[in-house]
Parts: sequence; C-alpha cells; structure tokens
Amino acid sequence: MSPANFVLQRATALIMAPLVIAHLILIIAAVQGGLTGEEILARTRGSLGWGVFYGLFVLAAAVHAGIGLQTILREWTNLAKQPVTIASHGFMVLLIVLGGRAVYAVIA
Amino acid sequence: MTQQGADRPAPPSPAMLDVEIWRGGQEGHYEDFRVPRDENQTVLDVVTYVQRHLAPALAYRFACRVGMCGSCAMTVNGRPRWTCRTHVARVIEGGRMRIAPLRNLPVIRDLVTDMSTFFDKWQAARGRFVGTEGADAGVGHEPARVRPASPERREADAAIECINCAVCYAACDVVSWREDYLGPAALNRAWAAWNDVRDDDRTGVLRAVAVAGGCLNCHTHQSCTEHCPVALSPTHSIAGLKRASMQAWLRGELKS
Ligand code: SF4
Ligand code: SF4
Ligand code: FES
Repeated sequence: MSPANFVLQRATALIMAPLVIAHLILIIAAVQGGLTGEEILARTRGSLGWGVFYGLFVLAAAVHAGIGLQTILREWTNLAKQPVTIASHGFMVLLIVLGGRAVYAVIA
Repeated sequence: MTQQGADRPAPPSPAMLDVEIWRGGQEGHYEDFRVPRDENQTVLDVVTYVQRHLAPALAYRFACRVGMCGSCAMTVNGRPRWTCRTHVARVIEGGRMRIAPLRNLPVIRDLVTDMSTFFDKWQAARGRFVGTEGADAGVGHEPARVRPASPERREADAAIECINCAVCYAACDVVSWREDYLGPAALNRAWAAWNDVRDDDRTGVLRAVAVAGGCLNCHTHQSCTEHCPVALSPTHSIAGLKRASMQAWLRGELKS
C-alpha cells in the first residue's frame, strides 16, 4: 500500500466516525420525534449545511471503500495490478454517483 | 550380595510415537514412522532418529541444536516452530505428530525449503547498515555516542535478537496472500536499522519499506509475534515503521 493510500484510508475513517454517530443520533431523534418524510425534506431542502454533511460522508465512504476493495482484491485474487485499479476506482466512482444522487434528492 | 532379577519381568518396551513426515517436494505425501518415545525428546531428535534409523535419505536442516542458528524450523502439528527447542511433550496430540516443511516457502525436498526469497526480502527492506561514504569515511569523525537508554537504542535492542528462522514468515497470512509482501522478519530488521542513529540514510529504510508489499500492508494480526520462538514482536516493529513512514511522507521526505 502506498503511503498516500494509507494516510487517506485513516483520514477518511476519522472523518466518517463522527458523521456516522451524528447520522445515527439524527435518524433516531427524527423517528422518535414523529417527523414525517415531508417535514424532514422541508428541513433539508436548500440547506447548504446538510449538503456538506452528507456530501462529505459520501466522499469519505467512497474513498475508504475504494482503497479497502483494492487491498482485498490484491490479497484474495490473482488479478493483476491494472484490473484491480480499474475495479477499485470504478467502485469508488459508483459510490460517489449513487451517494451523490441520494444527497441531491434530499437537498435540491 | 543377593542375586536379583533372575525372574524379574522384562522392562516394558519403550512407548512409541507415531510420526508422519512430509516426503517429496512441492508435491508429495506424508510417510508414517514409529519412533521410540523418550523423555525430554525434542522434535528435532525425532527427525534425526528417523533419518539415522528409518529413512536415511530424509532431507532436513539443522546446525546448532540450541536455538541459535535458526535453521531447524518446520511445521509441527500445523504450527511453525523451531524444532531443536520444541519438546515433543508440548506439541504431541493424541500420541501423534505431523511434521512438514515451513509454509510460504517453496519446498526443495522433504523438510528443506528454499529460503532465498526470505533472505532477498531482507535485502529489499534495506535491513543493513549504511555508513558515511567517501574516502575520508570515519577518519577524524567523532565516534557516535548512543546512549543505552535512548528510545532508539531501546527499540533497536528489542528487535535485534532475530535468528532468521522464518517461523514468523511461515505464520503470516499476508505473506501467503501476496508474494511481494516483505514479511515480518525483514520488516523487523528494517525497524532495527532505522533506529540506528549512526546510519547515514535512515530515510532510505523508510523508502524501502513504505512501498506496495511493504510495512503498510501488515494487518496487525500478530501471528508473527505469537509464533516467534525468541519472543520478538515484529508486529510492534512494523507499527513503528508505519508511524515513521506516515510522518516522513507527510513531511515530503519519501519522494525519491
Ligand atoms: S502482524 Fe503483520 S507481519 Fe505479523 S503476522 Fe500479522 S500481517 Fe504478518
Ligand atoms: S522475528 Fe522471530 S520468528 Fe521471525 S525470523 Fe526472527 S527469530 Fe524467527
Ligand atoms: S538447530 Fe539451530 S536453532 Fe534449531
């Protein structure tokens, strides 16, 4: 593993930890508080704060998972370097697109 | 003096030990042997008995028989061990013992493995001392002062007693997954080298180990530490290398 990936892997884990906790508290509070989907969307739509919060979440998760997948493929399969790079980068882009769509749907 | 023993029962025949030993190269099979059981017998004693009395062509390695040279490591009942210091009593399972060559190294014949990759990786991890170069090297230089209590000296001390037995290398799953992984022994050695403050190119050690297949690929399984017969902790050394590499990279020192 390159030092860049090693540092990125740890940095993204550090970013995700508080975001996951905040997200869990948030959904529990929203459900307990009896908020409907409409009411939640009313709060998130147009909110730059929530956009940044979940945007960061998606980016960190995608990078973290991409590097992790690269390591697993390298260790557990006989694939050469190039297909491993393509698969892990492809997976990272896929997560960014899917996550980005979800964030867009609640923010825009 | 009274004559004794004329009608005493014959001494019991010695207990026997069932041993299976790997025969052949990479492809091969286990061969069964029965070896007299002896108190304080080591696994190496058993292999030596088989070679002297039952299978003269059996190939195996040993030299010192006292845990110094690191040449006698084998897989005993599934675990890598130094056989000259492993008592049969400690490892026997149901009166049986299965002895195989070390894992993660190509088998040459029977219990002998080809250790060249293992030693090549020591070189690749730059586990050797690099002194001040040039015609005047050392001339007129003050000898380096290394305080015994300095953190670097202590770290080097803790890692230095490796006997190159490759037990850790056989125990490490990452070695079995990636052929380019430098492995616990070479990285442990690199940590000792990096902690030598007299070394003229300490960053060179980090450049050698912070690569694909280097220290950053260690999963911290601790299997190496669990099995090392001389109780070293390659895991601890590798953690040190990870930290040092990460700091050096962030400072931009790893660009070659
Ligand atoms: S701690 Fe690292 S070197 Fe040791 S066995 Fe685990 S992966 Fe291998
Ligand atoms: S670190 Fe321990 S197990 Fe590994 S080669 Fe050295 S002495 Fe043997
Ligand atoms: S024979 Fe030398 S360490 Fe076992």
